[in-house]
Amino acid sequence: MSADAVIVAAALAALPDRTAGDEGRLGPRSAVGPSLQPTLAELSVPGRHTDQVPHPPADALAGIPAVHLRATPPALPELNEPGVVRHFTALSRLNYSVDGGFYPLGSCTMKHNPRINEWAARLPGFARLHPLAPDTLAQGSLQMLHELQGMLAEISGMQAVTLQPAAGAQGELTGILLIQAYHRSRGDTERNEVIVPDSSHGTNPATASMAGYRTITVPSAPDGGVDLDALRAALGPRTAAVMLTNPSTLGLFERRITELLDAVHAAGALAYMDGANMNAILGHFKPGAAGFDVMHYNLHKTFSTPHGGGGPGAGPVAVNAILAPFLPAPLVVQDADDGFRLERPGERPASIGRVRAYQGNAGVLVRAYTYIRAHGGSGLRQLSEDAVLAANYLRARVGEAYELPYPGPCKHEFVATARPLKGATGVRTLDVAKRLIDFGFHPPTIYFPLIVEECLLIEPTETEAIEDLDAFADAMLAIAKEAREQPELLHAAPVTAPVRRLDEATAARRPELRWRSMTGAETPCPQ
Amino acid sequence: MPYGPHTVDDRGRMLAMLGIDSVEALFEDIPAAVHATGIDLPAPEPELTLVNRLSGLAARNRTDLASFLGAGVYRHHLPAIVDAMLSRGEFFTAYTPYQPEISQGTLQTIFEYQSMLAELTGLPVVSASHYDGATATAEAALMAIRATGRTRVLASRAIHRHYLATTATYFSGGGFTLQELPTLPDGTTDLAALEGALGDGDPVAGVLLGQPNAFGILEPMAEAGRLAHAAGALFVAVVEPVSLAVLASPGEVGADIAAGEGQPLGIPMQYGGPYLGILATTEALIRQIPGRLVGRTRDLDGRRAYVMTLRAREQDIRRDKAASNICTNQALCALAATVYLATMGPHGLRDVAAGGAAAARKLEAALAAVGVRRLHAGAYLNEFVVRVAEATAVHAALLDQGVLAGLPLADWYPDDADLSEGLLVCATEVTTDDDIARFAGALREVLA
Repeated sequence: MSADAVIVAAALAALPDRTAGDEGRLGPRSAVGPSLQPTLAELSVPGRHTDQVPHPPADALAGIPAVHLRATPPALPELNEPGVVRHFTALSRLNYSVDGGFYPLGSCTMKHNPRINEWAARLPGFARLHPLAPDTLAQGSLQMLHELQGMLAEISGMQAVTLQPAAGAQGELTGILLIQAYHRSRGDTERNEVIVPDSSHGTNPATASMAGYRTITVPSAPDGGVDLDALRAALGPRTAAVMLTNPSTLGLFERRITELLDAVHAAGALAYMDGANMNAILGHFKPGAAGFDVMHYNLHKTFSTPHGGGGPGAGPVAVNAILAPFLPAPLVVQDADDGFRLERPGERPASIGRVRAYQGNAGVLVRAYTYIRAHGGSGLRQLSEDAVLAANYLRARVGEAYELPYPGPCKHEFVATARPLKGATGVRTLDVAKRLIDFGFHPPTIYFPLIVEECLLIEPTETEAIEDLDAFADAMLAIAKEAREQPELLHAAPVTAPVRRLDEATAARRPELRWRSMTGAETPCPQ
Repeated sequence: MPYGPHTVDDRGRMLAMLGIDSVEALFEDIPAAVHATGIDLPAPEPELTLVNRLSGLAARNRTDLASFLGAGVYRHHLPAIVDAMLSRGEFFTAYTPYQPEISQGTLQTIFEYQSMLAELTGLPVVSASHYDGATATAEAALMAIRATGRTRVLASRAIHRHYLATTATYFSGGGFTLQELPTLPDGTTDLAALEGALGDGDPVAGVLLGQPNAFGILEPMAEAGRLAHAAGALFVAVVEPVSLAVLASPGEVGADIAAGEGQPLGIPMQYGGPYLGILATTEALIRQIPGRLVGRTRDLDGRRAYVMTLRAREQDIRRDKAASNICTNQALCALAATVYLATMGPHGLRDVAAGGAAAARKLEAALAAVGVRRLHAGAYLNEFVVRVAEATAVHAALLDQGVLAGLPLADWYPDDADLSEGLLVCATEVTTDDDIARFAGALREVLA
């Protein structure tokens, strides 16, 4: 046996068994299914297919000049329906998911996705409606969107809402362009800087750059909040906006929020709130009422529209009265006769225009609408309280073996660090994360925020039961113990996933981004 | 709580462990002056109430008309398998594959998506997805600006108006110039005007043409590409992916970048999204493309595996120097497209494209028979403009007859006398002979 094989065997043997009382053992918890899958190209057999649409006449393209036609058909794979079902079913088993288990990925709010939301979005009246359908054909969707605009305004304490942005990052860009339009409308054209704290999401500075601004980064104070003196020093006549995530990416509420907002406004700048962490504060903090000028929501986080393996999301933007004239067009409006319609071209001349085609990710918006209706105002406040309670409970338990760099209470998430473990054992946060996979859990967000060394950002959400929080905490503690006693087990992890650690350096140095090139379909088109 | 697990006892145990009496103690960090006291929204609704409410709203939409509306979003047959695969919780309740060892399903799916879109576009580098066709077009234009160091982009006015409007918004912060190119009476972009603009002394970063264009007309892509390249500009093809089963690919016509709307690949119309922004480019521009990329590699034991790669372009690594701020994209929509393409195969996709072309020719003939003819003489695939006096009023009158007669182009080109009399109509493989007869019959009545 090779040395590696010995370690792998030991790493497998060390995993805790689960028992079901007197009724037998369940074996270790597993993260995902075991076996890899060939590609569609490898599964393709020329001539295999399942008819989906009728064959058109052979001369269907006769009127099109040859110069416009492609030389060879695209080399797409050829499979029949059962083959396609098996392929994607096999692939799905390689994924960890919220449906599969605890997914405490900080900053991402991986809560349960209610099935009623999925059902609602698939109702034919919603699913089959063309985005350019005249308003008279779209009254149901328009009413839903109009109500959602109002709900998101109420939740944020803002005056107006656009549902158009396709994701949080696009909401950020929209918000910063609104601020730009506001300053320009006042002839205030010298403001070319956006200030962000060093704990911010990477999207904040990237957004500022896309909007043509220079990013100024201010440090955090020892308590994790923004360093108010540093912020005051950075603010000035060149400051267009300050972008704050609140609660911060450390999971902490900005205790000096009123002083911060006063300082921003005193400098003539506007305050942008990154609403990624709204799940902590629903019904407890309304950014608009507190003095923020603009914020975005991440509906896939706070209002539980599915994360989809990386989208689609939706990033509605809520604004106060001074920014409302600049919102992207069209908004949904209600006419005197109670009918709903989209704003007409040019109806709001100060609008910054479009940030995408059509009205927004309506299929995502209907899910969020359903979720908000399911909770009502009281349920939203309750879910934030439960999310914060769960996070503090888990924080206390994880704190038994890991350093907690900031004092509590936290909000919906918290940071821990494996820094002491690294010093004592050479084990890094990455190793802890990979070993968590062997224990059957999705790791937390790691190495973010950038300001905490060996950072773990842990967000349990309100839909995890106390047993699941305890099981995760037990795994974290067991791993800390392993780190001291058998650190090689952590370095070898994961050993239970379909693949072990990957060679990411070669992937970046010699990118292979597709199947080897195929050249044309191998069978003639059936006629 | 609709979905929370905590019993009174659970909450009590957690509070006791924290040594507090009430959860309010965990919110004392919110200053009293800004501590909200609740949300003024209606009471929670159980699932049965939601079913009734949502059913009622959906029923107020009308989707039963004979529809000839396309204009960038197309009604197609949606194979049942697509939603069946999408509905697997392993796919839709996962997130960005930050931990590749337990995300190989999502990662391989994206790799297969990239591979198939590379086949369709004829361009080897395909991003994991953008929000929609409009933002993909805007990102393509910004790529051209970054790659050339120039700040002016030329775009045919016959590109989807929302795409041009979005690009203009994306340009506003950086102060870049978006200049529209005129079209000729046959519906194609005026290449003489393009040549003039390219040679007017103000350098051009990129040239954007749609194929088919916003009038449904097929553009002289290869020629436009040659003109762009001769002036040191990049050439961007704005494409519709189903058409790429039969039309010359962006790679074949010399495009450096392809952008487009992936909705026709198995994604429902759902009143505007979520859709799928397609963005593809050449090896030469690989470090300029924004958005996620998945590459193939190996694990410690030599097993094949997939991973997000070339991450140094992205916002979470590069922050203010990133190629774009894009983070969450449209992965589930890319999965839909992947399942769709795997199901259709090369011949099925060709049948969809050619079926639409065949139906469109029947539509053209049926409308001509009632005296309504095409506005443009250029070649088309499955969408075209017909000239009707008082087109907007006719369109409204046809709604009453149960016909959604495409898009009145006065909505998009209010200042153009010819186009203001245009209806942009399309047919796809789902358009029936009955639909066409209903349209022609209703039109005859309305015009009488």
